[in-house]
Amino acid sequence: MLDLTQLNAKDIALALKEAKLTKDEVSSFFKKRIDEFNPSLNSLIEVFKEPDKGEGSSALASLGIAIKDNICIKGRKITCASKILSSHRAVYEATVISKLKQAGLEIAARANMDEFAFGSSTETSCYGPTKNPWDLERVVGGSSGGSAAAVSARLLPFALGSDTGGSIRQPASLCGVVGFKPTYGRVSRYGLIAFGSSLDQIGPITTSFIDCAHLLNIICGHDAKDSTSAKIDTPDFSKSLNCDCSQIKIGLPKEYFAKGLEPEVKTAIEGVKSYFANKKIKFIEISLPHTEYAVATYYIIGSSEASSNLQRFDGIRYGLRSGCSNLEELYTKTRSQGFGPEAKRRIFLGTYSLSSGYYDAYYVQALKVRRLIKEDFDSAFKEVDAILTPTSPSTAFKIGEKTNDPLSMYLSDIYTISVNLAGLPAVSFPCGFSKNNLPIGAQLIGKAFDEETLIKLGSCFEEGSDYHKQIPPLVVNKKNSHE
Amino acid sequence: MVDKKVVEYVGNLAKIAINEEEKLAFSEQLSKIIAYIDKLKELDTANVEPMREVNQLEDAVRQDEAFLSKDSEDILSNAPSREGDFFRIPKVID
Repeated sequence: MLDLTQLNAKDIALALKEAKLTKDEVSSFFKKRIDEFNPSLNSLIEVFKEPDKGEGSSALASLGIAIKDNICIKGRKITCASKILSSHRAVYEATVISKLKQAGLEIAARANMDEFAFGSSTETSCYGPTKNPWDLERVVGGSSGGSAAAVSARLLPFALGSDTGGSIRQPASLCGVVGFKPTYGRVSRYGLIAFGSSLDQIGPITTSFIDCAHLLNIICGHDAKDSTSAKIDTPDFSKSLNCDCSQIKIGLPKEYFAKGLEPEVKTAIEGVKSYFANKKIKFIEISLPHTEYAVATYYIIGSSEASSNLQRFDGIRYGLRSGCSNLEELYTKTRSQGFGPEAKRRIFLGTYSLSSGYYDAYYVQALKVRRLIKEDFDSAFKEVDAILTPTSPSTAFKIGEKTNDPLSMYLSDIYTISVNLAGLPAVSFPCGFSKNNLPIGAQLIGKAFDEETLIKLGSCFEEGSDYHKQIPPLVVNKKNSHE
Repeated sequence: MVDKKVVEYVGNLAKIAINEEEKLAFSEQLSKIIAYIDKLKELDTANVEPMREVNQLEDAVRQDEAFLSKDSEDILSNAPSREGDFFRIPKVID
């Protein structure tokens, strides 16, 4: 029987182009996997019976992609996994979706996520949590957990997610796939429902750096519809695949290897370091002294921006409406019934830190510390070309383990958050497994608009490792039992 | 300390009403989060400019030309309540 799980998307697309595979074979292969495994994973909220077909050619043409449910696909439902938008349909197309269609991809499914992307476990979704394909009792990470789980289980060759504080990289790490957060401004945010407008960035989740580079080629580029989109040319990222890396210098920030890091994760990152060291890559210990302030800074800025962005959900023009005796009651009932607990918590936190009397002490202070965090990276990048860290301090935790302790949930993003505050590109890629067979991810952080160095390094690591080729055993067993 | 009174005050600003049980939970959780966030006050930032934009982008300007951005019927089709080409809301003036 045809098995496409070991092929990357680019090779499947090539086989289609060369007529070694038919479109029907490929679609029915993935459809079968979705039918078999999605009910237990809950990674895809909707699989389109008639996918939106793109017209165009690219290295990835005619393959189906899953889209996190906070990116607008015109005419389709878009919910942000929130009750408040449960019947909403997108009235316009996100720029990334137009670009995918122009590149000949099929928009195949909407992926589960934390409500409005608030979360690190995809447990806050109004559709229920997504399960980790490596262990169904564990979380997938979040907030792009549906996208990461679907790609990990090979329900589709790739997906798009969004990353505000680690929401692409952390689930990629917990699911054993490649998740790339581009530089702020590299990918248009037009059509991405805003969470933290100064932090959000759309990016690819794939099974390899090869697919990652090709997908970046499609989605990056200046867009007049997003005023924060950078007027910078998009290089051909595929040219950075499998290049010589011997001149690259990597920094190891000592603050990222301190307390709180699981020993198995630490060992796996040391494995990445030895691999690169064998390739003559130089390592330098660096310091990012304001690291310990990043989570606090992020939760002020992210929640403040979120509370402002979510003011628009008031029951007037779209979404849920509840209560109708007067306007004040309509707003309050709609928002109280429409938002889940974590969304409310973030709105409360943001409203509090923007409120009179606290604005300077919290919000403005956070903006100042944000600058200090960015300056830490600026000085580090005078010495090094990239920074290697763990993506997450631990492997996937149990579903329900952190839901009653929001602060401990927030701290699971400790290694990914600074990158968004500084607007830098970063990627998480598979670099090992724990004793109980859970994936471990490593993170590479680059200079602003230097995604190429990250692709060079990542593809160099991939050449000599097979972590990215591992398929969740549960899924494979289940599949075997059907044969 | 984010006590029940503060939670109620913030809820009113945010137009979100929560029940007594949620107020207690929020008061406890937000107090814990704010206590953690208070560590930002350790830093002397008197001479630091707040960072209000990322990556020093240029101002985005365009010609001031009228164009159809979205179809109004598409937009109105998502309205929870409408009358013709209008969003319908409760009476605001007595």
